[in-house]
Amino acid sequence: MSRHGLVVRVTHWINAIGALALIVSGVAILLAHPRLYWGETGAVGTPSLIDLPIPFVFGHSGWGRYLHFLSAWICVGAGLLYVPLQFSRHAMFRSYTGVQRLTYVLVVFVLGPIVLLSGLAFSPMLASAVPALVSLFGGQQSARTIHFFGAAAVVGFLIVHIVMVATAGFTDRMRSMIVGDHRSPAEDT
Amino acid sequence: MKEITRRGLIGTGLTAAIGAAVGRSVFHIASQNGLIPPDHGGIFGAGETVTYAAQRVLAGDVSLAREFSRSDISTVIPVNGAPPETERYISLLDGHFRDWRLRVDGLVARPMSFSLADLKSYPAHTQITHQACEEGWSFIAEWTGVRLSHVLERVGIDPRARYVVFFSFDDFWESIDMADALHPQTFLAYAMNGPEMPLEHGAPLRLRVARQLGYKSVKYLGRMTVTDSLAGFGKGLGGINAEYGYSWWAGI
Repeated sequence: MSRHGLVVRVTHWINAIGALALIVSGVAILLAHPRLYWGETGAVGTPSLIDLPIPFVFGHSGWGRYLHFLSAWICVGAGLLYVPLQFSRHAMFRSYTGVQRLTYVLVVFVLGPIVLLSGLAFSPMLASAVPALVSLFGGQQSARTIHFFGAAAVVGFLIVHIVMVATAGFTDRMRSMIVGDHRSPAEDT
Repeated sequence: MKEITRRGLIGTGLTAAIGAAVGRSVFHIASQNGLIPPDHGGIFGAGETVTYAAQRVLAGDVSLAREFSRSDISTVIPVNGAPPETERYISLLDGHFRDWRLRVDGLVARPMSFSLADLKSYPAHTQITHQACEEGWSFIAEWTGVRLSHVLERVGIDPRARYVVFFSFDDFWESIDMADALHPQTFLAYAMNGPEMPLEHGAPLRLRVARQLGYKSVKYLGRMTVTDSLAGFGKGLGGINAEYGYSWWAGI
């Protein structure tokens, strides 16, 4: 009996690569202007909410922007396959503690949509098509700030996720997410 | 292990051939409908194409950028780059742009040159809108000018027209598709936050594309040309920004 189906395994690793690309490209974009504001507008010379303690500015974010949107599409596509399959499998979910279950639900159904929608809210084209999206976050610069903190929370979740996989038996967990079966290497021999 | 049969091979070959043909047709139809950006090649091309097509379909040609009130106008408006240092531009500046002309050519019925006085004699369009830089900063300002659609109407655009390409006095160039060119908030601005266009913000005339990032709004305009293909301009990527590695489509 396989622990994870083929589609879940494939989309899990697509999402893993996509998330890594989103984080790297997101940092590259942020380095072009590491200041966060609240409200509709903000620029050097106006009060900022937070000046991130980065001693340099990395101006060229063209590749970062290209990679960010490409990997966002990949994560949304793979996520739409992964989430319904994984969350409909009660057997797997039952092995989690209450805190783990709550965390997964919050990340997928609250944090994920906040990060996605706040990112879309500072697109000038989408702001024109759906102005309510900008109002929801209290302005385009507020949306950018919320996008940053939301993404930071996702990074925090991913770190905890990797640490827990490592402590819960790294080889067995990796084996079940790569080849799919649930036996530990010790049982295998 | 599955056996490889002649029937299986023919089936696979046929499926691949049909798939490739369908793919080419979809690309062709999407291209005809203005859903393929000029920078659709390379490793980022697929993502860029999906972003451009999705935003075009979702926002359509008609969505309007939010307009603000005078009290929302930003007190700080950063400047990116210095005015052109070419001899031609400096002599035009010294003459208070009296000899400056905007040349419009390409796929038009009547190629024309417009003086600043010509443009100011047309119906003025004023808007207070948000402009964001791809780096992340932004501001709100009040711009006045003439709608690009009005100027295009005067020169008479050819039905084959698909893009308008803009050239500045400092060899900067960019292009937009006809959906944005004919959009009511796309205009040629000759004033910002006052009676004139400040020198460092693109005097005497700059483009304003309200639904895209600031780098599409070309400053120091000297010429624009209407075309059915971007292949003949530079590397065919549609603008100097795309050649520097920034996406041609700047709606996000």
